[in-house]
Amino acid sequence: MKTFYGTALSNPLMLGTAQYPSPAILERAFRESGAAVATVSLRREAGGGQTFWQMIRDLGVRILPNTAGCHNVKEAVTTAHMAREVFDTPWIKLELIGHTDSLQPDVFQLVEAARILSEDGFQVFPYTTDDLIVGERLLAAGCKVLMPWGAPIGSGRGLNNAYALRAMRAEFPDVPLVIDAGIGLPSHAAHAMELGYDAVLLNTAVARAGDPVQMARAMALAIEAGQLAYQADPIEARDMAEPSTPVIGKAFLS
Amino acid sequence: MKIVLNGEIRSFGGETLAELLVETGYSGRVATAVNEEFVPSSLRISHILCDGDRVEVVAPMQGG
Repeated sequence: MKTFYGTALSNPLMLGTAQYPSPAILERAFRESGAAVATVSLRREAGGGQTFWQMIRDLGVRILPNTAGCHNVKEAVTTAHMAREVFDTPWIKLELIGHTDSLQPDVFQLVEAARILSEDGFQVFPYTTDDLIVGERLLAAGCKVLMPWGAPIGSGRGLNNAYALRAMRAEFPDVPLVIDAGIGLPSHAAHAMELGYDAVLLNTAVARAGDPVQMARAMALAIEAGQLAYQADPIEARDMAEPSTPVIGKAFLS
Repeated sequence: MKIVLNGEIRSFGGETLAELLVETGYSGRVATAVNEEFVPSSLRISHILCDGDRVEVVAPMQGG
Protein backbone atom coordinates (compact mmCIF):
# COMPACT_ATOMS: atom_id res chain seq x y z
CA MET A 1 0.00 0.00 0.00
CA LYS A 2 1.35 3.38 -0.98
CA THR A 3 1.78 6.05 1.63
CA PHE A 4 1.26 9.78 1.42
CA TYR A 5 4.57 11.25 2.51
CA GLY A 6 5.01 8.27 4.83
CA THR A 7 1.46 8.29 6.14
CA ALA A 8 -0.71 5.26 5.40
CA LEU A 9 -4.38 6.17 5.20
CA SER A 10 -6.99 3.90 6.73
CA ASN A 11 -9.45 4.89 4.03
CA PRO A 12 -8.80 6.19 0.50
CA LEU A 13 -11.47 8.86 0.73
CA MET A 14 -10.37 12.46 1.20
CA LEU A 15 -13.39 14.60 1.94
CA GLY A 16 -13.85 18.34 1.69
CA THR A 17 -15.46 20.34 4.47
CA ALA A 18 -17.22 23.07 2.47
CA GLN A 19 -20.85 23.63 1.47
CA TYR A 20 -22.59 21.33 3.97
CA PRO A 21 -26.05 22.37 5.18
CA SER A 22 -24.77 22.46 8.78
CA PRO A 23 -21.70 21.61 10.88
CA ALA A 24 -23.63 18.68 12.39
CA ILE A 25 -24.24 17.18 8.95
CA LEU A 26 -20.61 17.70 8.03
CA GLU A 27 -19.58 15.80 11.13
CA ARG A 28 -21.98 12.94 10.46
CA ALA A 29 -20.87 12.72 6.83
CA PHE A 30 -17.30 12.26 7.99
CA ARG A 31 -18.21 9.62 10.54
CA GLU A 32 -20.43 7.77 8.08
CA SER A 33 -17.82 7.77 5.31
CA GLY A 34 -14.78 6.93 7.40
CA ALA A 35 -12.83 9.51 5.40
CA ALA A 36 -9.25 9.69 6.63
CA VAL A 37 -8.42 13.18 5.40
CA ALA A 38 -10.29 16.48 5.61
CA THR A 39 -9.48 19.37 3.31
CA VAL A 40 -9.73 22.84 4.80
CA SER A 41 -8.86 26.40 3.84
CA LEU A 42 -7.86 29.74 5.29
CA ARG A 43 -9.99 32.81 5.01
CA ARG A 44 -10.12 36.21 6.66
CA GLU A 45 -11.23 35.71 10.24
CA ALA A 46 -14.79 36.93 10.56
CA GLY A 47 -15.85 34.82 13.51
CA GLY A 48 -16.43 31.10 13.43
CA GLY A 49 -12.90 30.10 12.54
CA GLN A 50 -12.00 28.84 15.99
CA THR A 51 -15.23 26.86 16.39
CA PHE A 52 -14.66 25.25 13.01
CA TRP A 53 -11.09 24.39 13.94
CA GLN A 54 -12.24 22.70 17.13
CA MET A 55 -14.80 20.62 15.24
CA ILE A 56 -12.29 19.52 12.60
CA ARG A 57 -9.80 18.53 15.28
CA ASP A 58 -12.44 16.44 16.98
CA LEU A 59 -12.96 14.45 13.77
CA GLY A 60 -9.57 12.89 14.39
CA VAL A 61 -8.61 12.87 10.70
CA ARG A 62 -5.56 14.17 8.87
CA ILE A 63 -5.86 17.81 7.86
CA LEU A 64 -5.04 18.84 4.31
CA PRO A 65 -5.14 22.64 3.96
CA ASN A 66 -5.57 24.03 0.46
CA THR A 67 -4.52 27.15 -1.38
CA ALA A 68 -7.92 27.47 -3.06
CA GLY A 69 -8.47 30.64 -5.01
CA CYS A 70 -4.79 31.46 -5.45
CA HIS A 71 -3.89 32.65 -8.93
CA ASN A 72 -0.16 33.24 -8.66
CA VAL A 73 2.92 31.66 -7.13
CA LYS A 74 3.44 34.33 -4.52
CA GLU A 75 -0.01 34.19 -2.97
CA ALA A 76 -0.02 30.39 -3.08
CA VAL A 77 3.33 30.22 -1.29
CA THR A 78 2.27 32.79 1.31
CA THR A 79 -1.02 30.96 1.87
CA ALA A 80 0.86 27.69 2.30
CA HIS A 81 3.07 29.24 4.98
CA MET A 82 0.04 30.57 6.82
CA ALA A 83 -1.67 27.18 6.55
CA ARG A 84 1.36 25.35 7.91
CA GLU A 85 1.35 27.54 10.97
CA VAL A 86 -2.40 27.49 11.61
CA PHE A 87 -2.98 23.81 10.95
CA ASP A 88 0.38 22.61 12.22
CA THR A 89 1.02 20.32 9.25
CA PRO A 90 3.51 20.26 6.37
CA TRP A 91 0.77 18.93 4.08
CA ILE A 92 -0.54 21.40 1.52
CA LYS A 93 -3.04 20.87 -1.29
CA LEU A 94 -1.50 23.20 -3.83
CA GLU A 95 -4.10 24.82 -6.06
CA LEU A 96 -3.05 27.43 -8.57
CA ILE A 97 -6.07 28.41 -10.56
CA GLY A 98 -5.41 29.40 -14.15
CA HIS A 99 -8.86 29.72 -15.67
CA THR A 100 -11.88 31.42 -14.14
CA ASP A 101 -14.61 29.25 -15.66
CA SER A 102 -13.03 25.81 -15.63
CA LEU A 103 -10.82 26.40 -12.56
CA GLN A 104 -8.18 24.60 -14.56
CA PRO A 105 -4.83 24.66 -12.80
CA ASP A 106 -2.11 26.93 -14.15
CA VAL A 107 0.40 24.12 -14.43
CA PHE A 108 3.37 26.38 -15.15
CA GLN A 109 2.96 28.31 -11.94
CA LEU A 110 2.00 25.09 -10.16
CA VAL A 111 5.37 23.51 -10.90
CA GLU A 112 7.20 26.64 -9.76
CA ALA A 113 5.23 26.89 -6.51
CA ALA A 114 5.66 23.18 -5.88
CA ARG A 115 9.43 23.55 -6.19
CA ILE A 116 9.58 26.49 -3.80
CA LEU A 117 7.39 24.79 -1.22
CA SER A 118 9.10 21.39 -1.46
CA GLU A 119 12.47 23.04 -0.90
CA ASP A 120 10.97 24.70 2.15
CA GLY A 121 9.94 21.39 3.70
CA PHE A 122 6.31 21.27 2.62
CA GLN A 123 4.73 18.00 1.55
CA VAL A 124 2.90 19.10 -1.55
CA PHE A 125 -0.31 17.57 -2.92
CA PRO A 126 -0.57 19.32 -6.29
CA TYR A 127 -3.97 19.73 -7.91
CA THR A 128 -2.99 19.19 -11.54
CA THR A 129 -4.30 18.08 -14.91
CA ASP A 130 -3.83 14.64 -16.43
CA ASP A 131 -0.81 15.84 -18.46
CA LEU A 132 2.04 13.35 -18.08
CA ILE A 133 4.83 15.85 -18.65
CA VAL A 134 3.45 18.18 -16.01
CA GLY A 135 3.31 15.17 -13.72
CA GLU A 136 6.98 14.48 -14.39
CA ARG A 137 7.89 18.11 -13.70
CA LEU A 138 5.96 18.08 -10.44
CA LEU A 139 7.79 14.96 -9.30
CA ALA A 140 11.10 16.55 -10.29
CA ALA A 141 10.08 19.61 -8.28
CA GLY A 142 9.81 17.46 -5.17
CA CYS A 143 6.19 16.27 -5.12
CA LYS A 144 5.67 12.68 -4.01
CA VAL A 145 1.94 12.67 -4.71
CA LEU A 146 0.00 13.76 -7.80
CA MET A 147 -3.64 14.79 -7.82
CA PRO A 148 -5.01 14.98 -11.37
CA TRP A 149 -8.50 16.32 -11.92
CA GLY A 150 -11.29 14.02 -13.00
CA ALA A 151 -13.31 16.97 -14.29
CA PRO A 152 -13.58 20.66 -13.33
CA ILE A 153 -14.14 21.37 -9.63
CA GLY A 154 -17.77 21.06 -8.64
CA SER A 155 -18.90 19.91 -12.10
CA GLY A 156 -19.83 16.38 -11.06
CA ARG A 157 -18.97 15.06 -14.52
CA GLY A 158 -16.85 12.14 -13.35
CA LEU A 159 -13.69 11.12 -15.19
CA ASN A 160 -13.68 13.28 -18.31
CA ASN A 161 -10.65 11.57 -19.79
CA ALA A 162 -10.34 8.04 -18.46
CA TYR A 163 -7.83 7.28 -21.20
CA ALA A 164 -5.43 9.95 -19.95
CA LEU A 165 -5.93 8.96 -16.33
CA ARG A 166 -5.19 5.33 -17.17
CA ALA A 167 -2.05 6.44 -18.96
CA MET A 168 -1.04 8.45 -15.91
CA ARG A 169 -1.47 5.43 -13.67
CA ALA A 170 0.70 3.38 -16.04
CA GLU A 171 3.34 6.11 -16.30
CA PHE A 172 3.73 6.56 -12.54
CA PRO A 173 3.18 3.09 -11.05
CA ASP A 174 4.93 3.89 -7.77
CA VAL A 175 3.54 7.38 -7.16
CA PRO A 176 0.44 7.80 -4.98
CA LEU A 177 -2.21 9.20 -7.31
CA VAL A 178 -5.40 10.91 -6.18
CA ILE A 179 -8.36 11.86 -8.35
CA ASP A 180 -9.14 15.36 -7.17
CA ALA A 181 -12.29 17.14 -8.36
CA GLY A 182 -15.12 16.37 -10.74
CA ILE A 183 -16.65 13.40 -8.93
CA GLY A 184 -20.45 13.52 -8.93
CA LEU A 185 -21.56 9.97 -8.31
CA PRO A 186 -20.32 6.91 -6.47
CA SER A 187 -19.82 5.20 -9.83
CA HIS A 188 -17.29 7.93 -10.74
CA ALA A 189 -15.37 7.29 -7.54
CA ALA A 190 -15.49 3.53 -8.12
CA HIS A 191 -14.19 4.12 -11.65
CA ALA A 192 -11.21 6.06 -10.32
CA MET A 193 -10.33 3.26 -7.94
CA GLU A 194 -10.84 0.61 -10.63
CA LEU A 195 -8.18 2.42 -12.67
CA GLY A 196 -5.79 1.85 -9.80
CA TYR A 197 -5.86 5.28 -8.22
CA ASP A 198 -4.87 5.36 -4.59
CA ALA A 199 -7.44 7.80 -3.28
CA VAL A 200 -10.30 10.06 -4.29
CA LEU A 201 -10.75 13.64 -3.09
CA LEU A 202 -14.26 15.01 -3.33
CA ASN A 203 -16.48 17.56 -1.67
CA THR A 204 -19.42 18.96 -3.64
CA ALA A 205 -20.86 15.54 -4.57
CA VAL A 206 -21.41 14.81 -0.89
CA ALA A 207 -21.99 18.25 0.59
CA ARG A 208 -24.57 19.33 -2.00
CA ALA A 209 -26.44 16.03 -2.20
CA GLY A 210 -29.97 16.03 -0.83
CA ASP A 211 -28.76 13.71 1.91
CA PRO A 212 -25.05 14.33 2.39
CA VAL A 213 -24.68 11.71 5.11
CA GLN A 214 -26.10 8.93 2.97
CA MET A 215 -24.09 10.08 -0.05
CA ALA A 216 -20.93 10.03 2.07
CA ARG A 217 -21.65 6.40 2.90
CA ALA A 218 -22.37 5.62 -0.76
CA MET A 219 -19.05 7.15 -1.80
CA ALA A 220 -17.16 5.16 0.82
CA LEU A 221 -18.75 1.91 -0.34
CA ALA A 222 -18.06 2.70 -4.00
CA ILE A 223 -14.44 3.53 -3.27
CA GLU A 224 -14.00 0.30 -1.36
CA ALA A 225 -15.66 -1.66 -4.17
CA GLY A 226 -13.46 -0.02 -6.80
CA GLN A 227 -10.32 -0.66 -4.79
CA LEU A 228 -11.20 -4.32 -4.23
CA ALA A 229 -11.96 -4.71 -7.92
CA TYR A 230 -8.61 -3.24 -8.97
CA GLN A 231 -6.78 -5.53 -6.58
CA ALA A 232 -8.78 -8.48 -7.91
CA ASP A 233 -7.35 -7.96 -11.43
CA PRO A 234 -10.44 -7.42 -13.60
CA ILE A 235 -10.94 -9.06 -16.98
CA GLU A 236 -10.23 -7.19 -20.18
CA ALA A 237 -13.24 -5.90 -22.12
CA ARG A 238 -13.69 -7.59 -25.51
CA ASP A 239 -15.77 -6.88 -28.58
CA MET A 240 -17.36 -10.28 -29.16
CA ALA A 241 -19.33 -12.53 -26.85
CA GLU A 242 -17.72 -15.49 -25.21
CA PRO A 243 -20.02 -18.10 -23.63
CA SER A 244 -19.54 -18.39 -19.91
CA THR A 245 -21.36 -21.71 -19.67
CA PRO A 246 -19.30 -24.69 -20.93
CA VAL A 247 -20.13 -25.60 -24.54
CA ILE A 248 -18.84 -29.15 -24.27
CA GLY A 249 -21.40 -31.62 -22.94
CA LYS A 250 -24.46 -29.72 -24.02
CA ALA A 251 -27.32 -32.16 -24.77
CA PHE A 252 -28.15 -32.55 -28.42
CA LEU A 253 -31.82 -31.54 -28.49
CA SER A 254 -32.51 -30.02 -31.88
CA MET B 1 -1.59 55.71 11.87
CA LYS B 2 -3.90 54.11 9.38
CA ILE B 3 -3.57 50.47 8.47
CA VAL B 4 -5.66 48.27 6.21
CA LEU B 5 -6.86 45.26 8.16
CA ASN B 6 -8.48 42.51 6.09
CA GLY B 7 -9.35 45.07 3.47
CA GLU B 8 -10.75 47.72 5.81
CA ILE B 9 -9.01 50.95 6.78
CA ARG B 10 -8.71 51.54 10.51
CA SER B 11 -6.79 53.66 12.97
CA PHE B 12 -4.14 52.03 15.09
CA GLY B 13 -2.43 53.65 18.05
CA GLY B 14 0.06 50.92 18.84
CA GLU B 15 3.32 49.81 17.26
CA THR B 16 3.53 46.09 16.65
CA LEU B 17 1.50 43.47 14.83
CA ALA B 18 1.00 41.65 18.14
CA GLU B 19 -0.53 44.82 19.65
CA LEU B 20 -2.87 45.16 16.67
CA LEU B 21 -4.16 41.63 17.17
CA VAL B 22 -4.81 42.30 20.84
CA GLU B 23 -6.50 45.63 20.10
CA THR B 24 -8.77 44.07 17.46
CA GLY B 25 -9.60 41.01 19.52
CA TYR B 26 -8.04 38.34 17.34
CA SER B 27 -6.99 35.25 19.25
CA GLY B 28 -6.73 31.52 18.82
CA ARG B 29 -5.56 29.96 15.59
CA VAL B 30 -4.86 32.76 13.17
CA ALA B 31 -2.07 33.45 10.71
CA THR B 32 -0.86 36.86 9.63
CA ALA B 33 0.63 38.55 6.61
CA VAL B 34 1.77 42.15 6.23
CA ASN B 35 1.99 43.66 2.76
CA GLU B 36 1.51 40.21 1.26
CA GLU B 37 4.40 38.69 3.22
CA PHE B 38 3.83 35.97 5.80
CA VAL B 39 4.68 37.01 9.35
CA PRO B 40 5.12 33.98 11.65
CA SER B 41 3.41 34.20 15.01
CA SER B 42 6.77 34.28 16.78
CA LEU B 43 7.69 37.49 14.98
CA ARG B 44 4.45 39.41 15.56
CA ILE B 45 5.74 40.88 18.81
CA SER B 46 8.72 42.44 17.05
CA HIS B 47 7.04 43.35 13.77
CA ILE B 48 6.61 47.13 13.71
CA LEU B 49 3.72 48.33 11.61
CA CYS B 50 3.93 51.41 9.40
CA ASP B 51 1.28 53.81 8.15
CA GLY B 52 -0.57 52.28 5.22
CA ASP B 53 0.47 48.68 5.92
CA ARG B 54 -1.88 46.02 4.65
CA VAL B 55 -2.48 43.37 7.28
CA GLU B 56 -4.24 40.08 6.66
CA VAL B 57 -5.49 37.89 9.52
CA VAL B 58 -6.80 34.51 8.45
CA ALA B 59 -8.31 31.60 10.31
CA PRO B 60 -9.41 28.00 9.64
CA MET B 61 -12.34 27.78 7.26
CA GLN B 62 -14.25 25.16 5.33
CA GLY B 63 -12.56 24.09 2.13
CA GLY B 64 -12.53 21.53 -0.64
